[in-house]
Amino acid sequence: MSAPLLSVQGATKAFGATVALDDVSLHVGAGEFFALLGPSGCGKTTLMRCIAGFETPDSGRLTLRGEDLAGVPPHKRPVNMMFQSYALFPHLDVFENVAFGLRRKGEAKEAIEARVGELLEMTQLAPFGARRINELSGGQRQRVALARALAPRPALLLLDEPLGALDRKLREETQFQLKEIQRKTQTSFVIVTHDQDEALALADRIAVMRAGRVEQIAPPLDLYENPATRFVAGFVGETNFVEGVVARRDGPVLQTSFARLPRATCALPEGARATLSIRPERIEVARDGAGIPGRVEDFVFRGEYTLLRVRVSPEIVLRVGAYDGRYQIGDEVKLTIGPEAGVLFAEEA
Amino acid sequence: MSPASNLVRRAVLAAGFVFLYAPIVILAVMSFNASRLVSVWGGFSTKWYAALLENELLIQSARISFAAAALSASIATLLGLLAAVSLSRFGSFRSRLLFFGAVHAPLVLPEVVLGLALLSCFVALGVGRGFTTLVIGHVTLTMCFTTVALLAALRGCDPTLEEAAMDLGATPARAFALVALPQIMPALASAFLLAFTISLDDFVIASFATGPGATTLPMRIYSQVRLGVSPQINAISTLLLGLVAIALGLSALAMRRAKR
Repeated sequence: MSAPLLSVQGATKAFGATVALDDVSLHVGAGEFFALLGPSGCGKTTLMRCIAGFETPDSGRLTLRGEDLAGVPPHKRPVNMMFQSYALFPHLDVFENVAFGLRRKGEAKEAIEARVGELLEMTQLAPFGARRINELSGGQRQRVALARALAPRPALLLLDEPLGALDRKLREETQFQLKEIQRKTQTSFVIVTHDQDEALALADRIAVMRAGRVEQIAPPLDLYENPATRFVAGFVGETNFVEGVVARRDGPVLQTSFARLPRATCALPEGARATLSIRPERIEVARDGAGIPGRVEDFVFRGEYTLLRVRVSPEIVLRVGAYDGRYQIGDEVKLTIGPEAGVLFAEEA
Repeated sequence: MSPASNLVRRAVLAAGFVFLYAPIVILAVMSFNASRLVSVWGGFSTKWYAALLENELLIQSARISFAAAALSASIATLLGLLAAVSLSRFGSFRSRLLFFGAVHAPLVLPEVVLGLALLSCFVALGVGRGFTTLVIGHVTLTMCFTTVALLAALRGCDPTLEEAAMDLGATPARAFALVALPQIMPALASAFLLAFTISLDDFVIASFATGPGATTLPMRIYSQVRLGVSPQINAISTLLLGLVAIALGLSALAMRRAKR
C-alpha cells in the first residue's frame, strides 16, 4: 500500500463518562473499500463523525493526504458522508439534491448539469431527476443519497449503515451496485456497519471495533479464518466455542469435557484454560467411523448445506455444517475436528 | 348508540356552541340592522358599512392599527426566529434556562402589568409616546408567541439535514438558510399571522404604550362605545372579526401544510 489517504492515530473521545473511542489507530488507502464493523455502541459512528468533522477527538491525530484535519470544519473537508437516515432535502427535487454540493463549490451551470446527469445515470435514477424526495421508494432514496455524496468528487466517502433501511433482497442487489460504483469512481469508501455479512461482502479490509477499541484490522478472509480475539471470532461469522485445558505431553492437546482435541500449533502453556473457536463447516461429520460420538438434536436446511445441532455431551451442543447426506433428528453421528481447524484463544481474565 | 343518547349529545354540542358564539353572531347580525336601536331588528341593511367609509376617525385608527400590526409582527417574527435558533441550536449554554424563562415570561405576565411597565419605562427614558412606542409594546407582547411557534418548528426539523448540507460544503449559516429555513417557512408564516392578529386585537398594551395621534382601532371602538353604541361599531367589529378569522385560518392552513 502506498502512503495512506486517511490516517487515524490514537484517536480518543469520551462523552462524559462513556468512552466512545479509546486510542483508535487505522489507515485507509486510496481507492480502498474499508469497513468499520462492530455492535451498536462500539464507537464506529463516533469515529465516522470525527472523520467527517462533526465531532472532535479529545486526543489523537487525523490526517487526510498527509494534512492534519484538526480545526478543519466539515464544509471544508474533501470528505462526504452518506447518512444512515439519508438526510435528503425534502424541499428539493432529486436533481437539486444531487447538485447541492456542486452548487456550493460554485461550479458552472453546464458542469453541474453534466455531473448530475452522469451520477443519475450511474445510480439508475436518470428518469427521476424532477421527482420530489417523498415520491421515491426506499431504494431510490438510498441511491439519491449515494449520488449526492459522490457528486462533489470527495477524496473519501463515508457511508453510515448504507443498506440498513433496505429489505433483504434489495440489500444484496445494492451491495453489488455499491462495489461497482466504488470500482468505477476509484474513491475510497469507508462504510460503517453492524452487519458482518455486509462488511465481508463489500470491504477490502475490515476493522472490527468493540467498546471504543479496534480489535483487529484484516481482509475479510483473514478475519474469518484467523480471528485475533474471541470477540472477533464470535462476531464475524458463525462459530462454536469449546472450552478446555491445554495439555502439552505428546504434542499439544485441548482437553475438553467431551474429547481430547489434538492441536497442530499451540502457544499456550501446560494447564492453561483456553477456548477453541471452530466454524460449523470446519467440523467434519460422518455416520460412522472414528470421531466424537454425538446425536443430531435439530437441523436447519440452509440451501447449500444443512446446519445440524449435535449434542456431544449432556451440556454441550455443537453446530455442524453438513454438505452431503440427509440427517434426521436422533441420528447417531461421528464428528472430527482436525488439528488445523479452528483458532485457540487463552481464556480472557 | 340509542337515539335518545344521540339526541342528548347533539343538544350538549349545540348548547356549547351557543354559549361560545351566540354573542358574536348577534353582534354580526345586528351590524346589518336597518334600525338605529341596537336591540330591535328593523330589517336588513348595509348602510352602517357605508357610513363606516365616511367615518374619518375610525378609518384613521384602522390604518394605524394595521401599520402597527404589520410592523410589530415582522419585528417579532424576526426576533422570535433569532431566539428560537439560539434556544434550539446552541446546546445548553450558560443562562439558557434564564433566557428561556425570560422569553416566555410575557405569556403568563398580566397584560396590565406589562403595559404599566412599558409606560413607566417610556416615561423614565423621556420617550414621547406615539406610533413607535406602540410598535415596541406590541413586539414585546407578541415575541413570546412567535418564539414558541418557531422553537417548536425548529425542534421538529431534523438536524442531520443541516449536517448533510455542511458536509456538502455549505457554511453553517448557509446550511441553515438553505435547508432549515425552507422547512420552517409555514411556521414562519403562521407565527407572523399570529403576531399580527394579537397586535390588531390588543387593547390593554396599546392604551399604555401609545399616545395622542396614534389611537388604535380597538381603542377608538372602546371610546366610541362609551358615548353610546352605534351599529357602525357592530359593522367595524364584524369586519375585524372576519379579518382575524381569515388570518387564523391561513395560519392553521400553513401549519397543516407543514405537517405533511
